Amino acid sequence: MTAQAILLTVNGTAQAVTAPPATRLSTGLRDHLGLTGTKVGCDAGDCGACTVLLDGAQACACLVPLAQATGRAVTTVEGLAATPMGAALQRAFLHHGAAQCGICSPGMLMAASELLAAVPRPDEAQAMAALGGVLCRCTGYRKILEAVLEAHAFLGDAPLGNWPAPPPPAAGCAVGARIPRADGVAKVTGADLFGADTAPADALWLRAVRSPTPRARFSFGDWAPVLARHPGLVQVLTAADVPGRNGFGIYPDIKDQPVFSTGELRYRGDVVCALVGDRATLDAIHLDDLPIAFENLPPVTLAGGDALHDRWPDNLLTTGRVVSGDAEAALAASPHVAGIEIETGFVEHAYIEPEAGWAQRVGDRMEVFACTQAPWMDLEEVAGVLGIPHSDVRIIPSACGGGFGGKLDVSIQPMLAIAAWLLRRPVRAVLPRSESMASSTKRHPARITARAGCDAAGRLTGFAFEGAFDTGAYASWGPTVAGRVPVHCMGPYRVPAVAARARAIFTNNPPSGAFRGFGVPQAAIAQEALWDRLADAAGLDRLEFRVLNALRAGDATATGQVLEHSVGLVACLEALRPRWLALREAAAAANARGGPRRHGVGIACMWYGIGNTGMSNPSTMRVTLGPEGLVFHNGAVDIGQGSTTVLLQIAADALGLPVDAFRLVLGDTDLTADAGKTSASRQTFVSGRAAQSAGAALRDAILLRANAGPEARLDWRGGTLLVDGRPLALDAPLEGIGRFDPPTVPLDADGQGIPYATYGFAAQIAALLVDTELGTVRLQRIVAAHDVGRAINPTLVEGQIHGGIAQGIGLALTEEYLPGRTENLHDYLIPTIGDVPAIECILVEDREPLGPHGAKGIGEPALVPTAPAIFSAIRDATGIEVTRIPALPHRLLEAMPR
Amino acid sequence: MTAYRRPTRLTEALALLAEAPLPPLLLAGGTDIYPARAAAEAWMRPVDRPLLDLSALPELAGIEDRGDYHRIGARVTWAALREAALPPWFDALRQAASQVGGAQVQNRATLVGNLCNASPAADGVPPLLALDAEVELAGLGGVRRLPLGGFIRGNRQTALAPGEIATAVLVPKAAPDAAARFEKLGARAYLVISIVMVAAVVEAAVGRITRARIAVGACSPVAQRLPGLEAALAGQPLAQAAAVPAAAHLAALAPIDDVRATAAYRRQAALVLLRRALTLPAEAHAA
Ligand SMILES: Cc1cc2nc3c(=O)[nH]c(=O)nc-3n(C[C@H](O)[C@H](O)[C@H](O)COP(=O)(O)OP(=O)(O)OC[C@H]3O[C@@H](n4cnc5c(N)ncnc54)[C@H](O)[C@@H]3O)c2cc1C
Ligand code: FES
Ligand code: FES
Repeated sequence: MTAQAILLTVNGTAQAVTAPPATRLSTGLRDHLGLTGTKVGCDAGDCGACTVLLDGAQACACLVPLAQATGRAVTTVEGLAATPMGAALQRAFLHHGAAQCGICSPGMLMAASELLAAVPRPDEAQAMAALGGVLCRCTGYRKILEAVLEAHAFLGDAPLGNWPAPPPPAAGCAVGARIPRADGVAKVTGADLFGADTAPADALWLRAVRSPTPRARFSFGDWAPVLARHPGLVQVLTAADVPGRNGFGIYPDIKDQPVFSTGELRYRGDVVCALVGDRATLDAIHLDDLPIAFENLPPVTLAGGDALHDRWPDNLLTTGRVVSGDAEAALAASPHVAGIEIETGFVEHAYIEPEAGWAQRVGDRMEVFACTQAPWMDLEEVAGVLGIPHSDVRIIPSACGGGFGGKLDVSIQPMLAIAAWLLRRPVRAVLPRSESMASSTKRHPARITARAGCDAAGRLTGFAFEGAFDTGAYASWGPTVAGRVPVHCMGPYRVPAVAARARAIFTNNPPSGAFRGFGVPQAAIAQEALWDRLADAAGLDRLEFRVLNALRAGDATATGQVLEHSVGLVACLEALRPRWLALREAAAAANARGGPRRHGVGIACMWYGIGNTGMSNPSTMRVTLGPEGLVFHNGAVDIGQGSTTVLLQIAADALGLPVDAFRLVLGDTDLTADAGKTSASRQTFVSGRAAQSAGAALRDAILLRANAGPEARLDWRGGTLLVDGRPLALDAPLEGIGRFDPPTVPLDADGQGIPYATYGFAAQIAALLVDTELGTVRLQRIVAAHDVGRAINPTLVEGQIHGGIAQGIGLALTEEYLPGRTENLHDYLIPTIGDVPAIECILVEDREPLGPHGAKGIGEPALVPTAPAIFSAIRDATGIEVTRIPALPHRLLEAMPR
Repeated sequence: MTAYRRPTRLTEALALLAEAPLPPLLLAGGTDIYPARAAAEAWMRPVDRPLLDLSALPELAGIEDRGDYHRIGARVTWAALREAALPPWFDALRQAASQVGGAQVQNRATLVGNLCNASPAADGVPPLLALDAEVELAGLGGVRRLPLGGFIRGNRQTALAPGEIATAVLVPKAAPDAAARFEKLGARAYLVISIVMVAAVVEAAVGRITRARIAVGACSPVAQRLPGLEAALAGQPLAQAAAVPAAAHLAALAPIDDVRATAAYRRQAALVLLRRALTLPAEAHAA
């Protein structure tokens, strides 16, 4: 059957699409019309990223057969600005910081535009109903809601230029200003190019063949018949084809994850081999047609089993410890002791952009364009699997549609690079949602036992912690989790005696890796539960108990580090106190009225070391002035959290020019220096300091060249730099390079040392109601006080807090990844717009002298206290101790006293 | 490449269906069909069944008042139902309509597709069971009607015969002031498959229940009416209705353990939702 042309109108223009009639409209728009503003996150109606208007009504383009669009009007994000309200909505999104990574933004905008066309000034309930079908994993929805409710205020004819009204802050005033994202316009127009949005027209496609079971041996039969049957199948890649090392992994000495497995498959999703060919051919190939024989083996679990890797005969990857004082003796002598055992599940990052990208061989160099959080680590992995020097690899990060730790590990990059290297043709891949979920890393499930004691006055005496973390089939970030947890697991409190141990254990589960907090969120659940119980035992208010025990500047931690500066926890708690009292009073009044719905208010604190644990993690930034103008070479990948904007603000102020003077060169490893990975909440602190130094260094160079004094005023006029009003003549380009590596001291065998140069602190309150007949929880409000040192851009900081809270809500209540069972976005439930309550952010700025303008980090701190605060509130409402997480309704109801 | 036809008359569609060498899958809004394909494709199990698209058949359009019943055509979407001006006994169905998936799904997905897909958690089934709805089936040999309870045979199984198309659902009229309620329990606010849902259609005179029709979904392979509870409710004062449901009334249900909940939880939750749905007429439950 030959495909006939399907006629439809797209954004007001008649179009003919020659494609099979059952083709998804999303595919027609993206692949046939080049309208890649419509994003694809699942092809299953679950994420809403593909939302377009079909005759004015929102629809998931991935569920619409092209034939049903015949003769109809399709509006995509590319056509949104054609209506005044559409353009206003885009401006509102920019102003409110409603787009972070931006992968959901086109869908959000289109869904909202349907509503606004009918109801220009909607109320919150209407907006929620309109946006309920679009998932966002970054923003926590609150700023999206604000933007939609206030879109009408942005009607007018202000251009959606790079720096929309109001004008950018003057030179030297960018830090602290709520400027819109520097990369925001592309995100609200659909112009941003994510991993799946671009590739050469002649690129071949690659599909990995993956293990359908947790553990199996496999063998290949004869491929010749398959190749003969499918002329479009160009190559089958197996372990034998890997030119370099058939292994990758986060740690330089642990490259345990094979690109292509060799005999044994260690998790559902492990790679057997890869098929390379044209897309139609690959789409039609059935697993059962391939000459692969699987023999299932009994899977290894946390309970035990055979050794998965020869190197670790007992399946114990690593153990982290922190010991100070004699915790057992302290507990034995304490008048009040509490203990808890909790169990958490796998948590999926659920970035809305599945892994995607392409690679090409350029001479004897390899170039990879893909979504990533860590271009320089990708570079090392690609060089390793190809067996070529690092200098022969170029990584060009695409716009990254969410990461949260899940795009720190390579996914498709090694396979793409091997295919493109061997075939000397560009090769691309886009993971389907279920393949993304099955194959990518997860948050470590944890089994935690913890005990703590306090004296009669409520002062903590000792803390003992034992955590077993399921690190899955491969090491990934397991050692990092095992290292970070013992340092953090007693929380930001003065605890004289600590015995903490965390073990990372191999199983035939998906590899557990990095996920916003590296194990600390799981540990915080246990720790904060104990504090509530001890507070009750000591007869103290739960907030006051935390104030009493909070770390303060000058205190020593359990690793023996004396915190000299920027310990803003008490300030956070004090800022929360009035809200705490008021919310508790309101809950008590509501509970006095009776009924099955019980109100509760909970509180939890956290601390979080910024950067790698006791390890060097430098960043280098560069600002140049030359024929290309003023260029900021920034190798830090912005995965939506805002580093592109924040680092620009810092560099601009250090140099003394407004942000709109700069041209940005981002991420590309050929054009930027290694800024380290976007993880561990480090970019604002580490790269920020580097950006500050780079700006200052260029300023020095300029002043030297102009022979001007330190107070000289710089201006940028039409591409020319003025120093005190005079144009600067340049015979050679000038550059400023800044480098920063936070000072740390590695931990010894007892976990003593200086693991981090600085820490973020926070306390959050959750107010909620529990339906005691159904075990359901309805959140009413979160109040979040965060010591960020300095908020370089308060809108972006709030955005991180909102997004972290939303992920904390999911962790606490609904998210549980079960291999093979919840590997899609309708069985794996991340919060929707209706699940995130109103959030109040209180920014505490206790400056960190090492940080740029005193700034620390916020990415991970935002998430850590949310789940513990929710469980604290559930405890307050019902007396229930949640020990099996997430607290799905049936688990809560089971725990309910009868 | 999937073979695809999109006829514009029912007779043409039925003829195509009759002569197709490989039975095509009937396609309405596609909101069940396309996700199922995506799930299969992700694990290299592509489906290549031909599709017969019903979306251009005029005979399947619209909601009509036919005197003693309403006919809801197979092309009618959840959004159309949600927005339609319908008598109060449709309230449960319309409440379900506004809670299916999100707005995008409601705009595209059909009620009849929901019935034909025959998921145990299909939100359309309990409200229609409680209305004694029938499914209208057309084949080359003519049109037949089946009660909804007989049409859905099991998990993903219907009585649709080869060569047949479900053209409409027919809903007999209830007493003019019949009240209808739908209670859906899911683990998040939108885009959520029901853990349990119940529908109640209650007719009353002078404050006493004359007829109650109650159905529970997601607690058995096919949603079920609860005749024991219905009998117990008959004659009760409206104000007491919520006190009537008891565990024994749920004996015929056969809930299962799955990723969403345990069987025991479903049983318990069904009872709670029944009591809430029967808290009539007060609008008490904005959970
Ligand atoms: C994101 C998302 C959320 C969802 N949420 C919910 C929810 O909350 N509650 C719920 O109940 N469902 C939900 N669904 C499922 C789905 O939307 C419904 O079942 C929908 O009503 C199916 O209608 P459709 O027109 O899209 O059917 P299709 O996908 O077109 O068809 C569904 C099935 O019915 C058959 N069929 C369709 N029409 C006919 C006909 N006229 N005659 C015979 N057979 C026919 C098809 O062959 C197919 O087997 C959700 C789906 C998605 C994608
Ligand atoms: S891609 Fe269409 S809903 Fe996710
Ligand atoms: S901004 Fe919504 S998913 Fe990233």
